[in-house]
Amino acid sequence: PPAHSCNDWIGPPDKHSNLRPVIFYVPPEESPLERRLREARQEAQECNQHFWARQNHAFRQEKEEFIYSRLKAKGLEMRDKTGQKATLNAEEMADFYKDFLSKNFRKHMQYNRDWYKRNFTITFLMGQVALVRALKWLRWKKKNIGN
Amino acid sequence: GLFVWHLKNTGVRRIPCHHVPMFCAGGDRLITFQYFNFLKRMYVTQYNKDLSQRAKPKSDSIASPFSELQQLDQEKRVLHKIRPISPVQQPLSETLSQSESRERESAVEAEDLVTPVKAECRDDRQWKEMKLQLEDLPGILARLSKIKLTALVVSTASAGFAMAPVPFDLTCFLLASLGTGLASCAANSINQFFEVPFDSNMNRTKNRPLVRGQISPLLAVCFAASCGVPGIALLTLGVNPLTGALGAFNIFLYTCCYTPMKRMSIANTWVGAVVGAIPPVMGWTAATGSLDAGALLLGGILYSWQFPHFNALSWGLREDYSRGGYCMMSVTHPALCRRVALRHCLALIGLSTVAPVLDITTWTFPIISLPINLYISYLGFRFYRDADRSSSRKLFFCSLWHLPMLLLVMFSCKKSFLEKEDKGDLLSGSHGRAMEMRLP
Repeated sequence: PPAHSCNDWIGPPDKHSNLRPVIFYVPPEESPLERRLREARQEAQECNQHFWARQNHAFRQEKEEFIYSRLKAKGLEMRDKTGQKATLNAEEMADFYKDFLSKNFRKHMQYNRDWYKRNFTITFLMGQVALVRALKWLRWKKKNIGN
Repeated sequence: GLFVWHLKNTGVRRIPCHHVPMFCAGGDRLITFQYFNFLKRMYVTQYNKDLSQRAKPKSDSIASPFSELQQLDQEKRVLHKIRPISPVQQPLSETLSQSESRERESAVEAEDLVTPVKAECRDDRQWKEMKLQLEDLPGILARLSKIKLTALVVSTASAGFAMAPVPFDLTCFLLASLGTGLASCAANSINQFFEVPFDSNMNRTKNRPLVRGQISPLLAVCFAASCGVPGIALLTLGVNPLTGALGAFNIFLYTCCYTPMKRMSIANTWVGAVVGAIPPVMGWTAATGSLDAGALLLGGILYSWQFPHFNALSWGLREDYSRGGYCMMSVTHPALCRRVALRHCLALIGLSTVAPVLDITTWTFPIISLPINLYISYLGFRFYRDADRSSSRKLFFCSLWHLPMLLLVMFSCKKSFLEKEDKGDLLSGSHGRAMEMRLP
């Protein structure tokens, strides 16, 4: 993002977590409230990034292992004669999906609780910051009209 | 090459849109039908391209294709355009890198329809300033509120209103529709507000406004409040308190029960089916002011319909659900998933038969609706037995046209309330009058 910009910038989806990273703008006279908001958002971003990157990586890896083990059980190779990667059909993969979901259930529950809390906190802080800014602007307007 | 193959499929699947019912009944019925066909086309395009459609009851399910209307439009156009030049592209794309082939494409095609999509792809890979552009706001809010899904929800509510055995009151109808629409917008916005990181990880939903940072969560919540509060107030004060209460309850059920439950237990599907069943009940109560058997029957029909619709759709999304941590029947209890879908297809036949018993429609309704109900049950049975992608897709697409058609037939077989006042007359006499009443 350019140096003169006064806004946050959001980027393309991260290839591990599929989440879009945000670069937060730090205004010169940042109030404590605004700083709390920015830090909360940064923390949430890092947490989300970490969780999803790990999840997606684990998913891909376990999927490969599952396919490999199933193919081996069937007596096939990872790549067939034409060099194409051998895949299992949807019904065979269904076992893997079910397994993966139940294995990670508790992790997801924990993450959900965490995410909902963070989301509410951040939105509430945003509300507070917006309110404070609006009041400041109104006071400034009144002063100007007075002058 | 991939595009061509998918296009061929599209061609086969498209259903001609010329079948317009002869009734002059509410323009909304026709609109619904058009909507569904349009949606179906979009579904097909998106589904083929993406292989990850979602959908979820109350709208959500029908909502899936509603994702990004603009983008889909562009994608659709591009898909069409690519077809004629693809034979040339095939050998090229195999040897060249993706970016190079795209440039070739633009050179060969020189079609400016291709550029919007290219621009979108490039756009997507760039850093964007998080500043709200006012001119984009209507589009952003439309996507936030899942406007097409909302439109469908309003249609089912108007179906409920139309089926109620009372004289038609236009003001009431408009107020009820507007109130329901606003409530639906609010519920959908809150749903998106809750699901940002999950939406980012699923192909179907990764282009939503909150995911892309086009709007801040605070604004999304404010928008939801500014739709929800006036919507419910409108229903409570302008229509009747019962409808308002149902609307508020539905918002609560959708945002606070269904949305979190999607990640906790497979029971979310049943909750979602209730969410989808409430709008027609709201329409009925808006017209009559009371919760009678007719309202519950209509709700029951929508409730049963949700299962074949959603279960069939979720069959193809198992990978995304598993990775994203969504607890859906299709992933954890696949046999149950298919059983439930079949069960509810059959229930639709039963419910259609109950309609004349409750004096909502004449006996022609179960007879005329039998073919389409039998057809969806047949597809439900095939899905139950075969449990593969093709049967799930057939069932899903059938459900898309089955519902509007069923509602249309129901409306056309509606028992006029005047008829009911003369119930004491001879059967033939009342039938004669019934025929007169039904002619447009």
